[in-house]
Amino acid sequence: MDVVKIEKLCKMYQLGTFQLSALCDIDLIIQQGQYIAVMGPSGSGKSTLLNLLGCLDRPTGGRYWLGGKDVSELDDDQLSLIRGKHIGFIFQSYNLIGQLNVIENIELPMFYQGFSEHDSADHAQKLAEMVGLGDRTKHRPSELSGGQQQRVAIARALANDPTVILADEPTGNLDSQSGAEILSILDELHRQGKTLIIVTHDDHIGKRAQRVIHLLDGRIDRDEFNHRR
Amino acid sequence: MRWFTIKKTAKLGIKSLWMHKLRSTLTTLGIVFGVCSVVAMLAIGEGASRETQAAIARLGSTNLIIETIKPPQEQADTGKVEAMRNYGLTYADAETIHNTIPYVEVTVPVRELDQEARYLNRQIAIKIVGTIPWYTEISPIRLMRGRFLGSTDLQYGQAVCVIDEQVARELFAFDDPIGTDVRIYGNYYRVVGIVTQAAAVRLKEEPAVGDKSGGVAGYIYIPITTAKRCFSEVNYSFSGGKQSLEKVELQKITVKVRSAEQVLPMRDILDVLLARLHKAKNDYHITVPLEMLRYAAAERRRSSIVLGSIAAISLLVGGIGIMNIMLATVSERTREIGIRRALGAKKRDIVIQFLSETLLLTLAGGIIGIILGSVIPFLVTYFSRQPTAITGVSLILAFGISAAVGIIFGLYPAYRAANMDPIESLRHE
Repeated sequence: MDVVKIEKLCKMYQLGTFQLSALCDIDLIIQQGQYIAVMGPSGSGKSTLLNLLGCLDRPTGGRYWLGGKDVSELDDDQLSLIRGKHIGFIFQSYNLIGQLNVIENIELPMFYQGFSEHDSADHAQKLAEMVGLGDRTKHRPSELSGGQQQRVAIARALANDPTVILADEPTGNLDSQSGAEILSILDELHRQGKTLIIVTHDDHIGKRAQRVIHLLDGRIDRDEFNHRR
Repeated sequence: MRWFTIKKTAKLGIKSLWMHKLRSTLTTLGIVFGVCSVVAMLAIGEGASRETQAAIARLGSTNLIIETIKPPQEQADTGKVEAMRNYGLTYADAETIHNTIPYVEVTVPVRELDQEARYLNRQIAIKIVGTIPWYTEISPIRLMRGRFLGSTDLQYGQAVCVIDEQVARELFAFDDPIGTDVRIYGNYYRVVGIVTQAAAVRLKEEPAVGDKSGGVAGYIYIPITTAKRCFSEVNYSFSGGKQSLEKVELQKITVKVRSAEQVLPMRDILDVLLARLHKAKNDYHITVPLEMLRYAAAERRRSSIVLGSIAAISLLVGGIGIMNIMLATVSERTREIGIRRALGAKKRDIVIQFLSETLLLTLAGGIIGIILGSVIPFLVTYFSRQPTAITGVSLILAFGISAAVGIIFGLYPAYRAANMDPIESLRHE
């Protein structure tokens, strides 16, 4: 099943009278359960692609089907709904909310989907246990190490059982050991059949992924499958 | 919105306000003072207006009070210093009013005299009210013991009197006044009854003739016929090397009509009638308590507007303070907004989040303000003896205002928060 299908996707930015093309004519099909690394030098359009895939932004041209649904021309409310339901974000800087404890952070996506408090608390507890933080559910993010914070973020990304998990440099702020832990959790998710798209500079991740998409100057430069794995 | 959403939103709001306790407290102070002043001012205004209304109501809303006033001096015209000045209301006036105007229920003539009353070795200053038995219909005095003046007393000019409780207390102390005789100006009067005190109600600045109020212990009521017989209507005075003689028959005529609707037409009728009888001598004045009630109501509206605008300005200032802080909060929490948006929050969710924080602030301020504002009137009453009244309406109004301030001044910051670009705000440090 094609989880992501992109046709001639373009993103232009208007800078005064000058038009900057951040992404141009991207065609891409991602199947359910694929583990994809998006790589490329800075300015190659990785972040723009991630924003578009994550429905944080709308393309200026082309079409995007997410889970079979055309999302390229949805309005802001519908995009919010799609983000909450179908996308799980993992950020480089974790982006947990400081005033909320671990459980409350994990509950957040469920809150916006209108889950009842009871259901979401149970589910959040399970997710916290899954990432190995079952005993720290009342801690604030500031009381956790970077690796632990990122694990909370992963649990949060999984809260609504999203169609696609989008990670932006998930190990970028971590030491190598915590990074390795995070990567093994991601591997585990892949084994469970989740679709993972990871934007990274890190060749280790590139090697772990099934498929590596190299971007250059807003275009897909290479699209390789790792057969070594 | 479902209940748990409200609960969660409120909880979150309290949490983030609690994080900045000092800031939240200072911000709320504006609303606290605003609401406090609304409640306190309304209570003080209400108390004052109730007092006025009660005072006017004591005069009787279906009464019309005609008082004798001293006309301006006309020495230049007469040239005679010793001329007797004859002015004021007369028995004939009372008679004419009673006999010619329909709808008049009672016409009560009153003659007032400042005298001294003696009993045994005690002597006090009193005011004599010479009147008729129907006086009780136009006055708020109530009979406590004995009887009021009767028609036989009036008919035969009996030497009887009715005293008020103050006189009874001061003149008789522990003796029973009823049946004893009081000496006034050389004559003895048999006390037949005791009435409650008629609180001296005078809303006009100009005192009626012969009214040297102050220093008068109380009122003694005698039949007007007796008063006519025992006390001269001519008043002799000597001042500044000039002697003058004045003749005044009645100080007051109170006319009572059947219903409030007849009061104002009656005033016009009395005006016409008295103008003819007195030939523009300008020696009387008609007071209409009902009209004063209306003036008082208008006055109250005016003062409410003034007080209301002062309170509104302080609430406005408080509201602007809150808006300012909320804008700062929003920009401080840009990243949080971005995260929430990425996790599926709609613009509406963000609006609700920030609006509810502002509302929490203002409602908390409102409640504290209401509490403080309810204490102030008690202090005012305690220290200045000015009556105050806190009404339920004013509390609801104050609470409503604080909620309205929260919504009005919270909307823009919330709207700004909701309309931030999620990508930009996620990048925000």
